[in-house]
Amino acid sequence: MSLSDSLISFRNSFISPRFVQNSAGQFFSSGHTNNWAVLVCTSRFWFNYRHVANTLSVYRSVKRLGIPDSHIVLMLADDMACNHRNPKPATVFSHKNMELNVYGDDVEVDYRGYEVTVENFLRVLTGRLPPSTPRSKRLLSDDRSNILIYLTGHGGNGFLKFQDSEEISNVELADAFEQMWQKRRYNELLFIIDTCQGASMYERFYSPNIMALASSQVGEDSLSHQPDLAIGVHLMDRYTFYLLEFLEDIHPSSKTNMNDLFKVCPRSLCVSTPGHRTDLFLRNPESVLITDFFGSVRKVEITTEPKFSIHQSYSDSDP
Amino acid sequence: MGLLSDPNRRQALINLLTRLNAPICGMPVDWLVKTMQARGLEVFTQSFSRTLPFPDENTERYVVKGTNVYGILRAPRAPRTEALVLSAPCTPGDNNNQAVGLLLGLAHYFRNQVYWAKDIIFLVNEHDLIGMQAWLEGYHHTNVTGMDWSPLQGRGGSIQAALSLELSSDVVTSLDIVLEGLNGQLPNLDLANLFYAFCQKIGVLCTIQGKLQRSDWDSASGYNHAVQTMMLMVMKQASGRPWGDHGLFLRYHIEAATVKGVNSFRHYKTDATTIGRLLEGMYRKLNNLLERLHQSYFFYLLPSLSHFVSIGYYMPAFGLLAVILLLRALDLWVQLSAQPSRTEDGVAGTEQSNPGVLSVLTPLVISHLTGAALYMLPVRFQEVAVEHFPVSETEAVVLTAIAVYTAGLALPHNTHRYPDMGWRVLKLVALLYLAVLLGCTAVINFSLGFILALTLVPAAAYVTPHVPKALSAFFLVALSPACTLLFSVFFFQELQEMPVSFQDGWLLYLSVIAQGMLDHYLYGSLVFPLVALLVYPCWLLFWNILFWK
Repeated sequence: MSLSDSLISFRNSFISPRFVQNSAGQFFSSGHTNNWAVLVCTSRFWFNYRHVANTLSVYRSVKRLGIPDSHIVLMLADDMACNHRNPKPATVFSHKNMELNVYGDDVEVDYRGYEVTVENFLRVLTGRLPPSTPRSKRLLSDDRSNILIYLTGHGGNGFLKFQDSEEISNVELADAFEQMWQKRRYNELLFIIDTCQGASMYERFYSPNIMALASSQVGEDSLSHQPDLAIGVHLMDRYTFYLLEFLEDIHPSSKTNMNDLFKVCPRSLCVSTPGHRTDLFLRNPESVLITDFFGSVRKVEITTEPKFSIHQSYSDSDP
Repeated sequence: MGLLSDPNRRQALINLLTRLNAPICGMPVDWLVKTMQARGLEVFTQSFSRTLPFPDENTERYVVKGTNVYGILRAPRAPRTEALVLSAPCTPGDNNNQAVGLLLGLAHYFRNQVYWAKDIIFLVNEHDLIGMQAWLEGYHHTNVTGMDWSPLQGRGGSIQAALSLELSSDVVTSLDIVLEGLNGQLPNLDLANLFYAFCQKIGVLCTIQGKLQRSDWDSASGYNHAVQTMMLMVMKQASGRPWGDHGLFLRYHIEAATVKGVNSFRHYKTDATTIGRLLEGMYRKLNNLLERLHQSYFFYLLPSLSHFVSIGYYMPAFGLLAVILLLRALDLWVQLSAQPSRTEDGVAGTEQSNPGVLSVLTPLVISHLTGAALYMLPVRFQEVAVEHFPVSETEAVVLTAIAVYTAGLALPHNTHRYPDMGWRVLKLVALLYLAVLLGCTAVINFSLGFILALTLVPAAAYVTPHVPKALSAFFLVALSPACTLLFSVFFFQELQEMPVSFQDGWLLYLSVIAQGMLDHYLYGSLVFPLVALLVYPCWLLFWNILFWK
């Protein structure tokens, strides 16, 4: 055995098991293997068109970036597309002059109308659903799932209104997330809320690995963006409108990180001050990609030449 | 995007309107049915007839017969649970042709839209209020006024809001909104706000009480203008008549207003398409509503279209007037309970010290019988009067009423065993009676209650048997309900900038009395029975006190 051969074999034996492990570690650098999204619109009635449009815009982005319908739980409290007052039936627009129809052809609503209740929402999060619930209505996440939770509707200081008849408080939500953590139902969680005084909803979180964004601080109202004169209602809320614009630029391989997301909709555009909370999150937000939550990205390395070859190492070690 | 942006449709509407310039009303039922059906509405008719208690001076006949025609535009995708009404009264002559034409044009346009969540009922009613009353009674299966109507074949859901159109001429320069309804009821203020908002948006001049609002609020003349507008509204509300076809909807808790097109000879004229766009906008807004209008005030007074006085501001003024009566009553009560200690001697013994309430029963009964006579005699004895005097039935009724009213002044006044204390007890009872009466009236119809309070409270508080008789008698008569009405008629004409001479004013006064009685028999207005059966007897009690011996 020559010195070079021995050096090569030494190098190969040194690299091969740990290299694989390190590569595997890089492969799963964010720690997650699957993505889920729970998108909830909590208000009904025609004049709350914009909340449904908000939710559908996020749904559209999330689907475009790769999360399949089987991994999205979409809850819409009212039907805007087929509402009697909709002058363009079967559409929900997010931009005025009907530029973008976020309803599309393949929307799959899992919880619709009166099924969107606080109880159902909490059961979805915690997984305590009756055995007869179909798979499409369940959040079947595990401890390697990154979950995006988006809520929109009418809210106040410490609560979010569901359907004009009930509310969920920030304490309940924090406890639900703690249940999820203890049952190992998520790896990392991104919580986005677009309501008035939205920041109050994430004040009480205490479980690890949660990052939260809100469209307005306590005491501020989240404002709507633009009315469409033909449809006669406001189409979107400001925060989600600019969020949608931001997400339209994201593609599955983009490296944009969370710090850019925090900058979406500054006060000059949103009138309210968006807020965020990262203290419970273990990783540095700069190292968190948008696609870690909004997309379902598999890390693929294209090998052009073999980095190491098993046959070579075996042949080298053979004296 | 709005009405008639399509030039073809605009032309069709103009053709329709010019064709309607020829007088059609006198109710072309068949033509209306055919035209509405051609526009894709479900058309039905309702015939009605009403025997008037006495012939109206306008119509000079006892029986009014007519037909209402209405077409229902069904909402394409919605369940048929709610409806909106657009109506145009069709009076004989060519008074309201433009409105009917606009209604048909709007029906045609609305039919092609998909965003209707409520049925829209296009109603053309004959004989104004009588036809409207018949239709509403038929729609809601009630029979308040004893009218005879055929049942409605077709129906929408529960009516959420209604608008009535009156376009009195081809050329319209401004739009007026009329809010006062039967018994002084008003629609929700949001309906007036809606109208005003759309007028601003479309750029049409809008008025209330026929007056344009001014921008100089701080100046004295601006304030004066606002006060005049508000006084007009107070007078109209106090009369208790429905000042437009919308007035009858309010009883069924349907928010309604009348939009009148007025030609005030300005340079800038509005065309039918603009009015159509305004109505289209209002109907679309009403369509998008999920609940009945209830967020804004139901009790208000409008000094202009953009300012209002809410009930919280004007009720205390009435409250202060009512307190005068209560204080007076309290004073009398104290005097009465202080009496027993004084009467120690002779004839004026313990019997006199406490006359008791029963002693006032006689004057009470007599004055109420007079009131009942005032209520019942004029209409019942109109034939007898016509036989014996050369007057028409309407005049007979009115003059009988005035005669009974005046006869009440000459009633025998009691001479009692209790000359001194008896009148105190009567006055106490009368004051409390008046206070309760005015309070209840103000709650139902604030303006009526306030005007009655303004005139009756000073007289009631002041009058005793010891004041100078002739002067107080004159004042008491001058402040009685009948004279208040007379002055109000002149004042109303002044406010509308159409002052009348004394002759014309007197004739107008007689016609107002006749109209008031007709309103009661036809639509259930409460002013006439209130005044005849309650206010007049109360006033007679004070007359009685004045002439107490």
